[in-house]
Amino acid sequence: MAWIEVSDLRKVYQRDQQQIPVLDGLSLKIEEGEFVALMGPSGSGKTTLLNLIGGIDSPTSGDISVAGTNIARLSGAELARWRSNTIGYIFQLYNLMPVLTALQNVELPLLLHKMNGAERRKRATFALELVGLGDRLGHYPRQLSGGQEQRVAIARALVSDPKVLLADEPTGDLDRKSGEEVLQLLERLNTEFKKTIVMVTHDPHAAESADRMVHLDKGVLSA
Amino acid sequence: MFHLVLVNLGRNPLRTLLTLASVTLALFLFCALSGVLDTLQESIKVGSETRLVTRNKVSLIFPMPKSYMQRLQAVDGVKRVAISNWFGGSDPANPRDFFAQFAVDENYIPIYSSDVDIVEWSQLPAGVPAPAGVDPKLAVFETEQTACVVGIKLMEKRGWKLGQQVTVRGTIYPGDWTFTIRGVYKAKKKSFDESSLLFHFSYLEQKGMGGSGQVGIYVLQLADPSRASAVASAIDGMFQTSAPSTRTESEQAFQAGFVSMYGNLPFVLRLVGLAIVFSILLIAANTMMVSMRERTSEFAVLKTLGFTDGAVFGMVVAEAAVITVGGGTIGALAAKFGIEKSGFNMLGFLPSMTVYWSTVFVGIGIALVIGAVSGLIPALQASRLRIVDALRRVE
Ligand SMILES: Nc1ncnc2c1ncn2[C@@H]1O[C@H](COP(=O)(O)OP(=O)(O)OP(=O)(O)O)[C@@H](O)[C@H]1O
Ligand SMILES: [Mg+2]
Repeated sequence: MAWIEVSDLRKVYQRDQQQIPVLDGLSLKIEEGEFVALMGPSGSGKTTLLNLIGGIDSPTSGDISVAGTNIARLSGAELARWRSNTIGYIFQLYNLMPVLTALQNVELPLLLHKMNGAERRKRATFALELVGLGDRLGHYPRQLSGGQEQRVAIARALVSDPKVLLADEPTGDLDRKSGEEVLQLLERLNTEFKKTIVMVTHDPHAAESADRMVHLDKGVLSA
Repeated sequence: MFHLVLVNLGRNPLRTLLTLASVTLALFLFCALSGVLDTLQESIKVGSETRLVTRNKVSLIFPMPKSYMQRLQAVDGVKRVAISNWFGGSDPANPRDFFAQFAVDENYIPIYSSDVDIVEWSQLPAGVPAPAGVDPKLAVFETEQTACVVGIKLMEKRGWKLGQQVTVRGTIYPGDWTFTIRGVYKAKKKSFDESSLLFHFSYLEQKGMGGSGQVGIYVLQLADPSRASAVASAIDGMFQTSAPSTRTESEQAFQAGFVSMYGNLPFVLRLVGLAIVFSILLIAANTMMVSMRERTSEFAVLKTLGFTDGAVFGMVVAEAAVITVGGGTIGALAAKFGIEKSGFNMLGFLPSMTVYWSTVFVGIGIALVIGAVSGLIPALQASRLRIVDALRRVE
């Protein structure tokens, strides 16, 4: 079985009386250690697919197996624990807590794991050093550039050593140079730390960082 | 985790502070009102059936002739009769800082000997014997026309010393009245007021009434408490055809009557207290709701990281509880210590106000409930939030 295996996945959103089919019998396999770029026009269901793989949304039908767990069958609380152990999520708009420092933001996921404050601090500091922000531990998000914020968000995503990193247009809000840094970072996490990465992007250049591209169109894979 | 609650409170310090202040104020008022009510209740308890109070039937504010004294004395079952007359003066140096003064006769303090102790008193010059039948502690007071006895709380509050002269400006009985402090009394029961000044009725009669005595109230000591109601009706029957007629009641009923001069105060106070608490609840709930709505996407992120719905729920409730319990504790303690320090005592008719610890704890309990209720709706919303919906809203 592949590291990430999606089979016959259907997702229909219900808005008022209207049914909006987004994913229609989609199947996809991603091997451990792969870096996959997910592309496609706006509204094609990329974010929806990513959210389903990440266990923050549940499918209408079909199966999703990630790192050996079929998450389509998990309850809310089980999913939450599974996410904290398995998934690192990177958002387009970074989504850091504005009231916490970079270090505290990165420590946040570790609150869900049994460890003492010193250990938490050590790991979070290490993660921030890894993304090149070892000198910005005490900075608040508003004191950082967009690129730096996104790197803090990446540190937060990888600090609990997840099996899979999911990124939804991580460079979508960044200038070329910062975007480049983020992409290099993701490539490094993939090659050096063997992280499996699924990245949604509109940017063909960004997609070149990946090992493989997957095109989504109107809810089905096109190539 | 609790750290996160605290930093979230700090993100809009002004809002947090204002909400906290409103809860503080509400709980202060609540505890202060409860204090008033409890003190009223307590003062009603002070009376004993061993004493009756006879007053003018029409109203407490009209006097009775002094000649009633002998007739009361003669009633079967009455052991002793004392005179007490409201003076209603104020300190010319400090007119706003009210304390009660009563003009009393020589029987008054002995009748209350089970309730008060004389703790400090002026000594007679060596060799002078105390007058017969007079408590040696009150000997100087009794032999000096302008002497007075003062409650220990009033002494402490004003920093007065035994032997000192104090001046009171009369409002009902005009002029400046100077008294020499010859004794200090302390209550044996908590409910007995310790902030009054007692002086000789004979002095009031001579200087303030042109010699013709009119008496505010008579306090009667009974030989047999179980016959109180029979004695009371005998007295009022005796004066039925006199002008004025009298009304005789237990001290307890007398004080209750005094309290009810303020109308339906206790009931209104309780209503006001409830209304305040309820309006603060609405304010706190609204503030929490606004503050949580602003953070919808943050809750979604926390959940994405793996925080459960329950954890998010707890965080929001904790935030509300910190504000309300914090504010409530400050308010309740301020009421307890602030009001007890101020010595507020309803024009001297009541013992100084006390806010009981039980009231303080009930207050803090109410704050806790306000916190829980005001945090409940936003906490439910935050915990039920679906991640995908919340994240879409910001994108
Ligand atoms: N929570 C939701 N409720 C209702 N409809 C939704 C929801 N999420 C997505 N949709 C609909 O599903 C479709 C796919 O949305 P999705 O966000 O997955 O697209 P996308 O490929 O990520 O687009 P973009 O490139 O603009 O981010 C859209 O038509 C969208 O309106
Ligand atoms: Mg999208």
